[in-house]
Amino acid sequence: MNKRQNFLKGIIKENPVLVLVLGTCPSLAVTTSVISALGMGAAATVVLLCSNIVVSALRNIIPDKVRIPCYIVLIAGFVTMVQMLVKAFAPALDESLGIFLPLIVVNCIILGRAEMYANKNKVLDSAIDALGMGIGFTFALLLMGTIREVLGNGTWMGIQIPVLAENNISIMTMAPGGFLVFGILMAIVGKISKGKNVKKSFGCAGCPSAELCGRACCDEKEEAK
Amino acid sequence: MTKFIIIMLSAVFINNYVLSRFLGICPFLGVSKKLNQATGMSVAVIFVMLMATAVTWPLQTYLLTPNNLGYLQTIVFILVIATLVQLVEIILKRYIPSLHKSLGVYLPLITTNCAVLGVTILNIDEGYTFAESMINSLGSGLGFFLAMVMFSGVRSKLEGADIPKAFQGLPITLVAASITSLSFLGFSGVIENLFA
Repeated sequence: MNKRQNFLKGIIKENPVLVLVLGTCPSLAVTTSVISALGMGAAATVVLLCSNIVVSALRNIIPDKVRIPCYIVLIAGFVTMVQMLVKAFAPALDESLGIFLPLIVVNCIILGRAEMYANKNKVLDSAIDALGMGIGFTFALLLMGTIREVLGNGTWMGIQIPVLAENNISIMTMAPGGFLVFGILMAIVGKISKGKNVKKSFGCAGCPSAELCGRACCDEKEEAK
Repeated sequence: MTKFIIIMLSAVFINNYVLSRFLGICPFLGVSKKLNQATGMSVAVIFVMLMATAVTWPLQTYLLTPNNLGYLQTIVFILVIATLVQLVEIILKRYIPSLHKSLGVYLPLITTNCAVLGVTILNIDEGYTFAESMINSLGSGLGFFLAMVMFSGVRSKLEGADIPKAFQGLPITLVAASITSLSFLGFSGVIENLFA
């Protein structure tokens, strides 16, 4: 796989949110507006890039048995840095992301990429993978944020849209709208790719804890096969 | 006392962790297919939430805040939760093997469950006292339990349904979750008025 493919796979073919179904919590919660979706995407991309580079650089030093706790500490460190930067330079964004900024620590995309890619590949490849995945994550959030803000508020990045602003569907910015938009988007992605590379059920392949849980929750996938 | 009841009820119904705060979506979608798995996971989550709050609240109040180390919150909390989960697993395995058999498989999954880290951070953010934090954690856990059990019922109904091909699997599950969460919107405002 060359560098270009490696970069692009995160954006389309293995989009972390719409195809691999990782990081669902922030994608549902912060997409009520385009601005906070972009902010979340950027924050997660920075953390992902830093953690992938460091995990990849240390891949021969970290003992295999304690690798997951090591990754968690590394990721938590980077999240704390990003948290402090956002608090200092973009307090409004801090307000709108709220609890989901510290919760980047437990975002499966970051731990998942560390476990599935960075600990097996060179630093440069891991950085490219992180950038692709980060941009794919931001892109999916942006798409959901756009749909929800335009339909729910009649605005896009705060700009009023003539007809929609008077006829907004406010449920779209509330919790049920999030689930609905996500479900429909996933169906559309599945339809376009005609089931290629798309896991129809909630897979364990992308879950970093799959090995640990003894695949207790994987029977669904096994049955599908 | 009234305050405790309000915290408890609003954690279960109004600010339900899964259906209105979007925390813990992964297990909600992944483990809700069978009722016994859903129950096992929820009980494990309630247990870890209570334990984590009992440890992190004193840590934040008596160690981090007095020493101006508030910025270490994220690192300390995630480490405490990860250690606690491991510890609980070892203890259960050694002393209560029957419970370990039914909960054990779900415990490691909980480390990366954002609902647990979420509840410990929210307790601090909301400025709850220790007792209030424990009540809030219990309520949040029960809310998670309620959502999981309800949703596993919804999913078992979906199994026999004739669904368009593109929607099969996860997409229809999300649409069903959307309708379930719609029903929880009806609770907003109820509890404040109940005690007003």
